[in-house]
Amino acid sequence: MASKVIQALYTDDDVLMHAVKKVRAEHHHIEEVYTPFPVHGLDKAMGLEDTRIAITSFMYGCLGLIVAIVMMNYIMIDDWPQDIGGKPSFTYLENMPAFVPIMFELTVFFAAHLMVITFYLRSRMWPFKKAENPDVRTTDDHFLMELGIHDNEKELTALLWDTGAVEINVTEKDS
Amino acid sequence: MYTFSNRLKIGSFIAMAVGLICLATGFLSAPSTVEEAKAMVASAHDDGHGGGHGEEASSHAAEGDHAEKDTHGEAEAHGEEHDASHDEHVLHQLQNRPWSALYVAAFFFFMISLGVLAFYAIQRASQAGWSPLLFRVMEGITAYLVPGGIIVFVILVLSVLHMNHMFVWMDADVVAHDKLLQGKAGYLNPTFFLVRAAIFLGGWIFYREYSRKLSLAQDESDDNTNFVKNFRWSAAFLVFYLITESMMSWDWIMSVDPHWFSTLFGWYVFASMFVSGITVIAMIAIYLKSKGYLEDVNDSHIHDLAKFMFGISIFWTYLWFSQFMLIWYANIPEEVTYFITRIEDYKLPFFGMLAMNFIFPVLVLMNSDYKRVNWFVIMAGLVVLFGHYMDVFNMIMPATVGDQWYIGLPEIGGILFFGGLFVYWVFNALTKAPLQPKRNPFLEESRQFHY
Repeated sequence: MASKVIQALYTDDDVLMHAVKKVRAEHHHIEEVYTPFPVHGLDKAMGLEDTRIAITSFMYGCLGLIVAIVMMNYIMIDDWPQDIGGKPSFTYLENMPAFVPIMFELTVFFAAHLMVITFYLRSRMWPFKKAENPDVRTTDDHFLMELGIHDNEKELTALLWDTGAVEINVTEKDS
Repeated sequence: MYTFSNRLKIGSFIAMAVGLICLATGFLSAPSTVEEAKAMVASAHDDGHGGGHGEEASSHAAEGDHAEKDTHGEAEAHGEEHDASHDEHVLHQLQNRPWSALYVAAFFFFMISLGVLAFYAIQRASQAGWSPLLFRVMEGITAYLVPGGIIVFVILVLSVLHMNHMFVWMDADVVAHDKLLQGKAGYLNPTFFLVRAAIFLGGWIFYREYSRKLSLAQDESDDNTNFVKNFRWSAAFLVFYLITESMMSWDWIMSVDPHWFSTLFGWYVFASMFVSGITVIAMIAIYLKSKGYLEDVNDSHIHDLAKFMFGISIFWTYLWFSQFMLIWYANIPEEVTYFITRIEDYKLPFFGMLAMNFIFPVLVLMNSDYKRVNWFVIMAGLVVLFGHYMDVFNMIMPATVGDQWYIGLPEIGGILFFGGLFVYWVFNALTKAPLQPKRNPFLEESRQFHY
């Protein structure tokens, strides 16, 4: 279904921040903001929910720790016990200090990689995906704020010009 | 201007008085003869473990005697001589206990202010924008460097004068029978030891006083020359500190085990003092905020300090484990004795410290929101501080008192006395200057700091 949206372009992140705050103060819903770089504090200004990626990261870290323990237990204790440095590998606990670096590395490895993959998927970014940003200039030096129009095009246009936009477009958008 | 509240002042005096009494009791109850030492050990066994264990121990001892006779096949005189030297060893350990308790506590509180000094110098040298609001708090804590440093120095001088046996290499008799100590005598001799200590303390105290002077002068001046000067001195100090802190840790701590050495010991002690220092900055800042001072310090500043507490706790564990695992894996007798004595005789403090310094901060301070909850940071800080007291305890005690350790009157007295002195001195120093610097060029950035 196509919907009508209004897109305002800005050339400065401070102007954009003020515009976002002003639009929010007028109780209009901002659908999306496209920026060439992460703007500090923009998520709070837009009223986005807090990210939950830290929780997934913690869970992935725990998973990595478990994988390391199970793996080292199988390799070094069950399958092929070896006597390294006069420490015969009969129990996991007695040899645990030697496995700590592996437990640590796999915890970090799982937490980091799975968190990045989760982030990409959650942001709906996967290979061969068509770019979502409506204007190529948002990858260069422009900031774009997008609002849905609900029979208030005139009012929104006036408001957005007022916030210091350098250009305003009204388009149909498929979603 | 901050005014020292009467309740806190009286509290610190009471802590000092009670601590002093406990310490004095500890010194007075230390045995002066071999017979007294034997009686103390015997009664401690009866009290602590009950009859059954005592019997077991005596039968075990008899077996040991038997075996010795069999293998050596010598006259009983040999065994008796061995017993006598063992008894004297226990006597020395028991005599060392109040001294070690005094030294551990004195060093622990001194190390807090030294850690804060390093943190402060890093903020100055890196021209950090977030922290200038906390500079006066840090300067207040580093004021304790002067009394704390002098006390530690006096204890070292008393050790050199053979008032105690904490540093066995200071005993000429021991060195005469010890090839390894003779080889180290060029570095590890009493005169050079005290000269080094004087140089370390002199350099640290000089930087502290001079930087404080520049910091106060910056408030009154109309340009940034004091600020720039402070930046240069801080960078130079960090170089000096990095070398002297490492040597200090070999001299003052590692040399209680003069045969044993670890190449990352300086870093390990540094991590301990750094995290304790940052914890105390956070705790004092929160305390002052709760009393209505430091209005411009917000939760983001506390959040940053808590992040440091979290990060440096993990850094400490990393160094602790690096030291442990290499020695455990290589299993070289002269190295591994260090950990064997700790695991056999100090199981609870040794592993308890690991839980308090690593597992606890990791789980409690991991969540970003909790780092902004002030009382939460205080609670975590108390555990971290006690954990690092135990760390110093575990570094000193096994070498000086062996298995005769106990957290009793002298240990608690040491904590109370030096804790009281620390609180009195630090809060007294805080009253000397406005808690907020006026003309630091980064002041506005610090005030606007938010996460």
